[in-house]
Amino acid sequence: MNPPATPAAVTAHHHTPPQGFLRKHVFSLDHKVIGKQYLDLALVAVCTGMLLSWLMRFHLAWPETPIPGLAKLSPNGAAGGVITPEYYLALMTMHGTIMVFFVLTTAPFAGFGNYFLPIHVGAEDMAFPRINMMSFWVTLVAFLVLVSGFFVGDGPPLSGWTAYAPLSAVGKDAGPGQGVGQTLWAVSITLFCVAQLLGALNFITTTLDLRTKGMSLARMPYSTWAWFITSVIGLIAFAVLMPACILLILDRVAGTSFFIPAGLVISDRLQPHAGGSPLLWQHLFWFFGHPEVYIAILPGFGIVSHILPVFARKPLLGPRVLIACLVAIAFLSYTVWGHHMFLSGMNPFSATLFSVPTLIITIPATIVTLLWIGTIYGARLRFTTPALFCLGFVSVFVSGGISGFFLAQPSIDTYLHGTYFVVGHFHFVMGVAAMFGIFAATYFWAPKMFGRMMSETLGKWHFWLTFVGVYCVFMPMHYLGLAGNVRRYSAFTDDYLKPLIPLHRFITIAALFTGAAQLIFLFNLIRSRFRGPRAPDNPWEATSLEWSTTSPPPFDNFGGRPPVVERGPNEYGVGSGARGADYLMQAAAAPPGVH
Amino acid sequence: MGKLFAVVLTIITVVSTAFFAARTWWLPVDISAHGHAIDRQLMETMVSSGVLFVLSQLALAVFVWRYGDRDDGRRVRTFPGGVTPMVLFATVLVGAEILALTFVGSKVWAGIYQTPADPGSLQIDVQSEQFAFYFRYAGADGAFGATHPELINEANENYFGLDPAHDVSARDDIVVPTLTVPVNRPVALTLRAKDVSHAFYVPELRIQQDFVPGLAIPLHFTATRTGKYEIVCTQLCGLGHYNMRAFIEVVSPAQFDQWLKDKAAQQ
Repeated sequence: MNPPATPAAVTAHHHTPPQGFLRKHVFSLDHKVIGKQYLDLALVAVCTGMLLSWLMRFHLAWPETPIPGLAKLSPNGAAGGVITPEYYLALMTMHGTIMVFFVLTTAPFAGFGNYFLPIHVGAEDMAFPRINMMSFWVTLVAFLVLVSGFFVGDGPPLSGWTAYAPLSAVGKDAGPGQGVGQTLWAVSITLFCVAQLLGALNFITTTLDLRTKGMSLARMPYSTWAWFITSVIGLIAFAVLMPACILLILDRVAGTSFFIPAGLVISDRLQPHAGGSPLLWQHLFWFFGHPEVYIAILPGFGIVSHILPVFARKPLLGPRVLIACLVAIAFLSYTVWGHHMFLSGMNPFSATLFSVPTLIITIPATIVTLLWIGTIYGARLRFTTPALFCLGFVSVFVSGGISGFFLAQPSIDTYLHGTYFVVGHFHFVMGVAAMFGIFAATYFWAPKMFGRMMSETLGKWHFWLTFVGVYCVFMPMHYLGLAGNVRRYSAFTDDYLKPLIPLHRFITIAALFTGAAQLIFLFNLIRSRFRGPRAPDNPWEATSLEWSTTSPPPFDNFGGRPPVVERGPNEYGVGSGARGADYLMQAAAAPPGVH
Repeated sequence: MGKLFAVVLTIITVVSTAFFAARTWWLPVDISAHGHAIDRQLMETMVSSGVLFVLSQLALAVFVWRYGDRDDGRRVRTFPGGVTPMVLFATVLVGAEILALTFVGSKVWAGIYQTPADPGSLQIDVQSEQFAFYFRYAGADGAFGATHPELINEANENYFGLDPAHDVSARDDIVVPTLTVPVNRPVALTLRAKDVSHAFYVPELRIQQDFVPGLAIPLHFTATRTGKYEIVCTQLCGLGHYNMRAFIEVVSPAQFDQWLKDKAAQQ
């Protein structure tokens, strides 16, 4: 399909917004509303996930101290306010699942991607608006199904976000939380996969088919490039996880044995299964699971590459190299899943095989990092809140990436596997870095999405407290790992772990403070959404198409007149260098009729 | 603001690195024959990636300090040499590090996991279950009895599912909850799981391996220092995971022989 170019086609495509409340705000087909719905869902999810991590951290530091009010919320899991071992594991499982799926996938990819990808390419909407709406509502149902696990009879699931079989597959015999709760987990993830597959198809089709006149692939903004590549990764990854989850459900409810071998005795009962393989689940899960890490972080790469030049007031260094690196990372992400399984009992020869591409993936990642640092060289940096979060992103991504050097080597993984070193590593590199990308995107695009500016003062307080806070939380986890501190323990009763408890207390205090600092963000976001000063069309003096339209954009994004693109998004630092004249918009002039 | 960022980032970098350099929290003493190779590999990785960590954080700090917008009409500048030398530099530098680490590291790994155990190794069978480890020695006949999952019975302490009534070699098998091994003698474990996945991890031994239901996984090591150390589970196995542990006692060969005799007499 070619983008409309003739005036007749323009008129034909001029859509009027729906009038009813439900169609406008709830069951909307508008990608902008759907994008905001995804972001709101991610906000609810991230608050839930963080609350769970607070409970876990508090319990680890002071295992005997009752938590006020918790006994009322969960009379079984925390009788008297003290978290039981099984409830701790359930909190951990829910924290991981909610954060990875419903925050790190929905916010940077489905949320911002939905809102801005069509605008970035000059389209009126996604290619398939109904599928887009369905994708969001299925995600919401998936979230509700997951959270309902907290309220079922035998408790929430406790086998971790990785749900290793056979613990996750054999059902109630395996202990509390392995009954209905675990089935709900598998159903939720199956639904989530369906939603993401629909979303990925939509992103890919929109990028390839709905670009406006002059918007060649090479002229697309880097965030849109990242969303496009992420969709391709997602299309393959979720297509593997979905059947894996269906097989898991069948093992649980239909008596099949995909992941359960013969001869298991659980709760003194010989299990009626034979012929399955626990390693098969691990292979299927991590074949999805490692690309999922890149689904979480590549949008962050795109967001930083998009935003950094805006505030550096100079072009991104090596844009073609950046895109080549993103493609290389996407490809390599499918060759490294076995590095999660070095010690899993698979053939040890394959550990070396999986180690090499894992180490090779650091080359494109290093190049991208150097491109950002090289972009800052000679810049005229404007230290707005989104700029600070981009700089913070680079720093925490480096910190998290470096520890990957250790874990990528089977010989060192022999010691560090299953310790807090791994926890520190993945929280920095995919948790904190991706969150910094989300924060940068929120401060950067909130004016466009809500037509209101966020408070810079509050934003900067939020940045400084968070930046220092995350280092206090996650850097010490590397020290714990070096000392052999095992992860996924609800209490540290081993002799060699007891001396490490003071460091755990420090981490907990830092986590409580850093978490509390997020209330500043929440307050800022909600207040500015309704009370912030009106945003101009292009407050940051940026080049991409969303800044050529109004804040917020009209229903069909460009007032029925698709923009004509004349150049790429990287035209900063041109002209005299005086403020206001050092950049060139992608669309030469704002389309008439918008203002 | 740029200077503040540079200062804060420098402090973070220095403090983070200092705790690594001072080894405030560090690996416990190494008691295995292969551990020094792992420790050396870890140290080499620590130094090389530590240098990369400090250099990249400081480069970020310096550039942010230096290139704030002072609104002085100064024109922006491109990175000297542009992108090509940077890409070559990163590829060569990181590529060389990867090659070096892989060549040495894969030998270390192969030495532990890809070589068969010494034929003279002490053979021990390990059963893992929610939430305990059990260890089986072959007894006087030097042969293990066959295992039958349907015979596993906690109440009768038949953790491996042995059938002494029909199986002669099972009769003298010694089953204990603590792993006792002689110092400086190769030990070959066979890891089995009764119910779900578990893992065998002894930080001092620098060794870790999952138990997988349905598989009998070989693992071998030589302990080089006597003492009592903890074996912990590192694979999430249910509510008692945090409490799943056993001890490994490394004793002199004479003590070991005596211990084995005492245990055999108790069977």
